[in-house]
Amino acid sequence: MPLFEVQDLRVTFHTDDGDVRAVQGMSFSLDRGETLGIVGESGSGKSVSTQTVVGLVNGAEVSGSAVFDGVDLLQASEKTMRGLRGESISMIFQDPLTSLHPLYKVGDQIAEAVKAHRKISRSDARARAVQLLRDVGIPNPEGRAREYPHKFSGGMRQRAMIAMALALEPKMLIADEPTTALDVTVQAQILDLIERLRTEHQTAVILITHDMGVVAEVADKVVVMYAGRPVEVADTRSLFTEPHHPYTQGLLRSIPAFAARLDKLEAIPGAPPSLMVEQTGCPFAPRCPHVVTACTTSVPPLEPAGSAPGHLSACIRSRHAVGVDATDGSAGQSAPSGESTSWKGSASV
Amino acid sequence: MFSFVVRRVIYLVIVLLILSFLTYLLFFGGNPGNIAAQVVGRNATAAQIANTRIRLGLNHSLLYQWWHYVTQAVFHGNLGTDFQNQEPVITEIKQALPVTASLTIGGAILWMLLGIPIGIQSATKPRSIRDRLSTIFALTFLSIPSFVLGLVMLYFLFFDLTDHAHLHWFPSGTYVPITQNVGQWFVHMILPWISIALVSAAVYTRLMRASLLDVLGEDYIRTARAKGLPRRTVLFKHGVRAALSPIVTQFGLDIGTLLGGAVITEQVFSLQGIGKLSLTSLFSKNLPVVSGTILLGAAFIVIFNAIVDVLYAVLDPRVRLS
Repeated sequence: MPLFEVQDLRVTFHTDDGDVRAVQGMSFSLDRGETLGIVGESGSGKSVSTQTVVGLVNGAEVSGSAVFDGVDLLQASEKTMRGLRGESISMIFQDPLTSLHPLYKVGDQIAEAVKAHRKISRSDARARAVQLLRDVGIPNPEGRAREYPHKFSGGMRQRAMIAMALALEPKMLIADEPTTALDVTVQAQILDLIERLRTEHQTAVILITHDMGVVAEVADKVVVMYAGRPVEVADTRSLFTEPHHPYTQGLLRSIPAFAARLDKLEAIPGAPPSLMVEQTGCPFAPRCPHVVTACTTSVPPLEPAGSAPGHLSACIRSRHAVGVDATDGSAGQSAPSGESTSWKGSASV
Repeated sequence: MFSFVVRRVIYLVIVLLILSFLTYLLFFGGNPGNIAAQVVGRNATAAQIANTRIRLGLNHSLLYQWWHYVTQAVFHGNLGTDFQNQEPVITEIKQALPVTASLTIGGAILWMLLGIPIGIQSATKPRSIRDRLSTIFALTFLSIPSFVLGLVMLYFLFFDLTDHAHLHWFPSGTYVPITQNVGQWFVHMILPWISIALVSAAVYTRLMRASLLDVLGEDYIRTARAKGLPRRTVLFKHGVRAALSPIVTQFGLDIGTLLGGAVITEQVFSLQGIGKLSLTSLFSKNLPVVSGTILLGAAFIVIFNAIVDVLYAVLDPRVRLS
């Protein structure tokens, strides 16, 4: 049984202007010690889906299931959720500058996370905070624990956030764009840190990003999201060597480091559809280079595609035209396998 | 900290000098007429008026009179001498200040007790029934002028209750010093406190609501929830604590302003406070008293501004006094 399994998650916000269907049928599963990358552009529903399952989204209509360690998080009481948050499921967020409370000392904020779940004395919690800061590689942790967040650099704050998230050795870490706000060298350090903690503690990691380079580096498997739906699910190698969905292919062709081998950097024309309009066909159809009439009549489900087991794609071509990429000179096909995991840096969607 | 205090004291002195000069300038610029004649009374002889004119120093130039006042205020500490009764102005202020201070402090406690919880309540459940009710409360008292509120309360809670219903809930008469009888002081102050507090409570309700709503949308509140902290801890320790800064600013300014005299409320409830003192002195063209009450009010505002700055630094580690 997987540690965490999300099935057909749907999240709708009722607003004065109409319903916003932020997530429309998200499914994935995750084992202990595994890293799942969730990729997609802004507004594709990556953050909403994870924040919904941990109960941090208010005022949304939610359906589906999200079973974590035998507990359906979508049915659990607020008390149960509070017990899980910080204890079994931890989170780090995109902007470490605003994610730490400006008025409390960093050490105290970490100690607070420990004290929320453990009966432990103030001084023991403090000592634990210092230890955690040392673990994540902050120099002079005793002194730093007594400082306020504004004295920390961006990378140090994200380290402090990670220290806080790992305070109770959670079973799962949700990292919501943990490196987006950091410069490239610090990005690599933070990713290394998450990777180290994953191998040391067998923590399952959900890594939300719009950076294909980051995914290639750390994820075991990937969900590509588009307009609130997963459009392709695959293990990382298979996704990069045999990208099936035209959106994924477009994403890969728009990465500078990768597109250097092509003549030019390709952008995907058009913009994602409005989430307020009910989708009747493939949401990517208006921007898809392979669009046919059938694309607009029904929303394609996730179906097996490509040669790797478990590789799914929500494209009508997966039914009859597996491997069609070979003929249209897709970027994915031309990537020598094995190199894919060496991409680093700032490839952004 | 030391240099901060020194700078603020210098600042205070400059403000007071400028203000006192402006007071003199405006007073004489406003064509006050023959002040000496008014002071001596109707049936005075020309000689008496002339003598009084000299005694009050009104024969000197404006600049000389102002400078005389300043040196008197500085070296004798008496803030000049009352034109009418020859008392040092400082004595009159000492009598009036406890009244105004009682009104201000009691009113402030009451409006904070009302405004802050209502504001927190409506920020935690925006657009709920309670939020709408608190908005109605705030808009109602914001739009009622304080003298109307005071008079209406006097009418219904004092005259009606006492005369018609024969319920002596609120005593007649005015201020009783706290040193004389604490209980009497308290009951006499209830109506003035309510009248001054309701209007301000409305302001603080809106302020607290807006500030807390802002803070509750911050990333660090999400972090606090992600840590699995109890709801109350997230709301108060992480939310309200961070939302206090604008409240503290407003509170400091309000206290400073009110200590300089709540003219309307003091007038409605016949409280012999600073506001009443400045009003009567204005009507009787009693320049030293007018000037004294203005300087007192200005000093309170400057001092409370400095206190607000200190509190800011205490509340927020990112702010340093420099």
